[in-house]
Amino acid sequence: MAVKNAVYRRVYVWEFPVRLYHWVNAICVALLIVTGYLIGKPIAIEYGNEAYQQYWFGTVRFIHFVSAFIFFFNFLVRIYWGFVGNTYARWQNFIPWKKSQWHEIKEILKVDILQRDVGERISIGHNSLAGLVYFLTFLVFLFQAFTGFALYSSMSSSFFPQLFSWVVPFMGGDFAVRQWHHMFMWFFIVFAIIHVYLVFYHDYVEGRGTTSSMVGGWKFEREEDL
Amino acid sequence: MSKTPSFREQIERSGVSRRDFLRFCSYAAALIGLDAAGIPKVVQAFEKKPRPPAIWLHFQECTCCSESFIRSSHPIVADIILNQISLDYTQTLQAPAGEAAEKSKTDTMKNYYGKYVLLVEGAVPMKDDGVYCTIGGRSAIDILKEAAEGAALIIAWGSCASNGCIQAANPNPTKATPVHEILDKPVINVPGCPPIADVMSAVITHFLVFGRLPELDGQGRPKEFYSRRVHDTCYRRPYYDAGLFVESFDDEKARKGYCLYKMGCRGPVTYNACAVTKWNAGTSYPIQSGHGCLGCSENNFWDNGPFYRHLASFPGFGIETTADTIGTVVGVGALAGVAAHAITTNIRKRKLINKHIEESANNEKNKGEGE
Ligand code: HEM
Ligand code: SF4
Repeated sequence: MAVKNAVYRRVYVWEFPVRLYHWVNAICVALLIVTGYLIGKPIAIEYGNEAYQQYWFGTVRFIHFVSAFIFFFNFLVRIYWGFVGNTYARWQNFIPWKKSQWHEIKEILKVDILQRDVGERISIGHNSLAGLVYFLTFLVFLFQAFTGFALYSSMSSSFFPQLFSWVVPFMGGDFAVRQWHHMFMWFFIVFAIIHVYLVFYHDYVEGRGTTSSMVGGWKFEREEDL
Repeated sequence: MSKTPSFREQIERSGVSRRDFLRFCSYAAALIGLDAAGIPKVVQAFEKKPRPPAIWLHFQECTCCSESFIRSSHPIVADIILNQISLDYTQTLQAPAGEAAEKSKTDTMKNYYGKYVLLVEGAVPMKDDGVYCTIGGRSAIDILKEAAEGAALIIAWGSCASNGCIQAANPNPTKATPVHEILDKPVINVPGCPPIADVMSAVITHFLVFGRLPELDGQGRPKEFYSRRVHDTCYRRPYYDAGLFVESFDDEKARKGYCLYKMGCRGPVTYNACAVTKWNAGTSYPIQSGHGCLGCSENNFWDNGPFYRHLASFPGFGIETTADTIGTVVGVGALAGVAAHAITTNIRKRKLINKHIEESANNEKNKGEGE
């Protein structure tokens, strides 16, 4: 018996701003994790030099702060795009406020955790579970930005970081803010591991170009599902 | 009727020369941030202004704030200030005891209602109606509330009074509470365990000279002294920026005086003036003597241990476990998880994958047949 062949059409899901956001974000987060880890636990380098001859720790911190600003404003642009972008970029994708979204979350959990075969059609944009997880991730972005800029506010008298100085007394002092900021670095690391894996996994079991979609913007949908 | 001696006469009588007095005044002016033109103001304040009566209360504390204060760097600083405010009641320094002492306090509160200065050293236990600290048969809460009512100015000396310090450390058995959380009036917090003597003198001097509170930050601390971190003015900072760190207290790097960040120095999270004013007449401060900052003027510093490590221990996991330990375990767990998932995927989804491969092979075949 011959298998019935499906016909797939290409769909432009990720517009350029979304893809740009994604990769700028990925690079910033990678830099922030590496430099942040070094700030928390500087490596012991060997000591031929005197202090005035080198500035590596200062440079690490500088990279952290520059990436931090890019990370934050890039994120704001993404939020804006959530209101003006195409259907797949819209903010509604990230909050499961419809019954069908909760239904899809359950289906995806079955596919991802119980490794059941893909039964129903999975949304071509973010699936509902991914959307929800990204929403929680956005909250962590905000947390990390608020704690980060709060720490930064004591190193800078410029206007922007000062907006966050209230976070310090709110969280009980700089020490606490630093600890939380450090702890949440691990969220980003664990998120990155699982995120990259699940992209590959869904690419594999759905066969609709999940991985390459963030480069070219295209995904594929069965003709009868369009 | 003989006139009461002016303050100048009084200090001259007590053996302080005019020259010393003026030297003190310039010093005090510099401390509160006045330039040379401001010195006459200070001189005038100390010579002419009426002496505000002061009540100094001691609750849950170790008296290190008082000890610090009487060791102000200029030998006559504390002297002059103690003379300049008329300290009507302070358990540790006053001569009278018992009812006589209590009476001088009640008299001051009555006769100078709305005019006296209230200085508080120590935290106030709130649990069980405050029975854990009673003086003359009354609880600290009562005494504080009563004294605060008519006070023109309230200063919380030290970390105990400003943030609870060790009494309030976990599990805080007596529910030790800082002064500003008990009163609804403005309170100047001068944290530190103890606070720097010169900072204490300067806060009082500011009030005597200008007759009002110094500018305070969001946590009620005078901005003059608490707006910068120890780290920002630390002389070891160039080593920090250069990434040259002490790795252990007995290494070559410690001998060279590198930055103590990796030894758990709390300078980067501690707001205080230690690196500027230093201690004991400008002799030194902890970092200068080779020991990291403990963060003694910060909230909860006792609970942020261990002191000799950058990261605190992770709550609930024992002292050796930091956020990094937990993070590493979770991270490795996630890697192992996805690896296992990838393997089982290939086993469990063999049928599905085979179907896809067959589908694809069909396509090839169809093409070969010219569709
Ligand atoms: C993906 C996001 C981020 C990660 C993973 C991250 C990670 C870290 C880590 C691990 C530390 C070391 C904490 C310690 O143990 O002392 C740190 C420090 C710091 N981070 Fe971030 N961070 C992120 C975003 C930000 C943002 C958005 C800002 C905003 C300005 C920021 C500002 C800072 C500051 C000011 C410090 C303290 C640096 C110092 O005192 O030298 N971070 N970060
Ligand atoms: S010794 Fe402490 S306060 Fe001084 S530069 Fe190093 S970390 Fe900062």
